[in-house]
Amino acid sequence: MSRSVALFMLLAAALLAGCETVQPWERAYLSEREMQWVSDGREAVLINHTYSSKEAASGGFGAAGGGCGCR
Amino acid sequence: MVGAKTLNTVRVSFVSFILAGLLALTASPAWTEARVSAPAPSFALPGPDGSTRSLADYSGDIVYVDFWASWCGPCLKSFPVMEALHQRYADQGLSIVAINVDQRREDADAFLSAREASFAVLFDDAGVTPQQFGVKGMPTSFLIDREGLVRHIHQGFRKSDGEAIERLIQEALAE
Repeated sequence: MSRSVALFMLLAAALLAGCETVQPWERAYLSEREMQWVSDGREAVLINHTYSSKEAASGGFGAAGGGCGCR
Repeated sequence: MVGAKTLNTVRVSFVSFILAGLLALTASPAWTEARVSAPAPSFALPGPDGSTRSLADYSGDIVYVDFWASWCGPCLKSFPVMEALHQRYADQGLSIVAINVDQRREDADAFLSAREASFAVLFDDAGVTPQQFGVKGMPTSFLIDREGLVRHIHQGFRKSDGEAIERLIQEALAE
């Protein structure tokens, strides 16, 4: 029993070696377009606006307003 | 059937795993950081022609050290402002030193060839200097007075920030 716990702890400790803080000056790759959540911020806003209005479910993306699409 | 003892060991392992993870995250490296009113960290970095410049070369000047990268949007906005400040105050004793932290030098060269930068540009692809200065965001600039003390630290850059920076430079130059 204690051996398997020791093994588990060893593996867990090995996982920690993968922890790395990315410094602000190392964000070249992270700032690339392929790495963004949305490739085009404006387009995403437009799509979300239309989507929440057509679904009459405004608020799903954190926006205020009714289902008229006028906000 | 899982015994109470086994369950306890699992619990202990789990808690220690979480604790170890938190420890790894909070472990802060013990490098020095530039602070206002403290001496600025010295550096010696190559310029575009390969010759090394150091902070000591600018002693007696007001030095505006700016950390920038080609991939950083606000840095793009700061370049015309820095150029204007250089044109206006260089002969009054202001030295602008823009330290590039791009890991690919070609990116920096492409960025520079597309815009005017007649102030000093130095290259640190290893990221040693930003670490010594304790840069927490891109871009960050440090205004260093004639005694070599950090006077002001500015994080990020918006077009409107230029006026405040200019005022600080004027104040520093007037002393």
